[in-house]
Amino acid sequence: MSPILSSHDGEPHPDQPRKISCVAWLLAPPLLWMGAFFFLPLLLVLVISFASRGTYGGVEWSFSLANYATVADPLYLKIFLHSLVLALVATVLCLVLGFPLAYYIARLPVRWQGVWLLLVMIPFWTNFLVRTYAWIFMLRTEGLLNSLLIGSGLIDKPLEVLFSDTAVLIGLVYGYLPFMVLPLYAAIERLPRSVVEAAWDLYAPAWAVFWRVILPLTKPGVVAGCILVFIPSLGAFITPDLLGGARSMMVGNLIQHEYLVVRDWPFGSAVSFVLMGLVLTGLMAYLRTEETMNKPGEER
Amino acid sequence: MSRRRAWLLGASLADLLFLYAPIVVLIFFSFNASRLSASWRGFTLQWYRLLAEDHALLAAVQNSLLVGLASTFVATLLGVCAAVGLERVPFKGRKLVEGALLLPLVIPEVMMGVSLMLFFALVKVPLSLVTVTIGHAAFNLPIVAVIVRARLRKLDPTLEEAARDLGATAWQAFRRVTLPLLMPAILGSALMAFTISLDDFIVTFFTAGPGATTLPLKVYSMVRSSVTPEINALSAILVLVSMSLIASSLVLQRKSPTQD
Repeated sequence: MSPILSSHDGEPHPDQPRKISCVAWLLAPPLLWMGAFFFLPLLLVLVISFASRGTYGGVEWSFSLANYATVADPLYLKIFLHSLVLALVATVLCLVLGFPLAYYIARLPVRWQGVWLLLVMIPFWTNFLVRTYAWIFMLRTEGLLNSLLIGSGLIDKPLEVLFSDTAVLIGLVYGYLPFMVLPLYAAIERLPRSVVEAAWDLYAPAWAVFWRVILPLTKPGVVAGCILVFIPSLGAFITPDLLGGARSMMVGNLIQHEYLVVRDWPFGSAVSFVLMGLVLTGLMAYLRTEETMNKPGEER
Repeated sequence: MSRRRAWLLGASLADLLFLYAPIVVLIFFSFNASRLSASWRGFTLQWYRLLAEDHALLAAVQNSLLVGLASTFVATLLGVCAAVGLERVPFKGRKLVEGALLLPLVIPEVMMGVSLMLFFALVKVPLSLVTVTIGHAAFNLPIVAVIVRARLRKLDPTLEEAARDLGATAWQAFRRVTLPLLMPAILGSALMAFTISLDDFIVTFFTAGPGATTLPLKVYSMVRSSVTPEINALSAILVLVSMSLIASSLVLQRKSPTQD
């Protein structure tokens, strides 16, 4: 800790040394807490991912890449692919659903924008389990959706939506739609109306106005929204656990299964690290695009 | 032009319907007299009465409040320290510390849960409400730090400088000038941390030992076993509690002591 805290690169000021020590004193407790209860545990997961499972479920300390090789096994690779696909589809659905809403809000009079944004955020502040349960209530065989559909005579056999990938997708989109709308709104709000009007005035067809004017100019918001939806969707646990069936297992469930049911901690750790690698790669890609987009004159 | 606006409005209203229908339906059916059916059989409050008599549930509420208060206290205290420390003096490696503090906000929650579980298992600390509290404080600390730091950045540095010029020590200037100005952000972020702690399931799931059932753990086991009107009633209460907590948090954060 000391090499970080004792170095100072400000102008020489009589107060400087005292201030620095004051700051060291302030930063030490939070850094210690995070070090002990966040970074050290993460490091342990990394170390254990190279160990192997003991006979009775404990950890046998040794070094091997066997756990990572097992992740590449088709059985587990399928779960990773399945999670990636579900997260990707959920992201696209959020984008498609969220864009018109964000656009509408951004073009409202300013005093109404706050109200609508609040309306988008309110469901998000509801307990995640409760929101997931709400969909169990709606989708189950004898649930509201089926009784409405059967009551209106549209179908005569109940739809089996719950415990399927469809239900998981509904849950993910429902859970993370606000994450998409907020950055989109911020980007569209900054888009000058005159640019869009110019496109219309020049008789651009609707698709061209969207694809060639609106979308390129709001790309930072689109990318930010997609990342904010994709990351939690990829690591989702509650949604696939409660809404998905046996075949909708996602990486989050695999990790939980390996840790708590199989009690193969080393393999569970390897799976966790691959997941974290995927998440961080996505995040890096996002930061990269943001960097290039913020540089004027580059990337049109 | 107007057709486009009508289309946008329609799509937006459909989104809002999608967002609100499940919650509204859930609350509506918590007053339904029928235990099994998804059709309306008359108004009742009996599911709420049953909740009030459920001792295991009340114990879970008590556990959640305990964990929430304790973890919020730790997270707020340490989060404010981090925010002030990061903001006030530039030093090499600040970027690194900043990035490190943001990491808990982006890594999958499942991973945070299992890593803490592993950690407590290896240092042979039995899982209990204490381990849950430690975990909650760890994910709430960065949230408090980010919110308080944002407020700190907006403060006028000349205010503290003026205090120093008038002879106040660094501590006096902070205590009497900066801290009062930061109070709304501190209280707002503390309320937010408290709400997140009350709602947390995943980290709690991995760090709670036997007998350390919090409200979300209880809700989870109820939801897994069956769909009952009691869960609807409990959900309705939770919706109300979370929303009022977050609303107060936002009001506090918006309350501006300076003219910005």
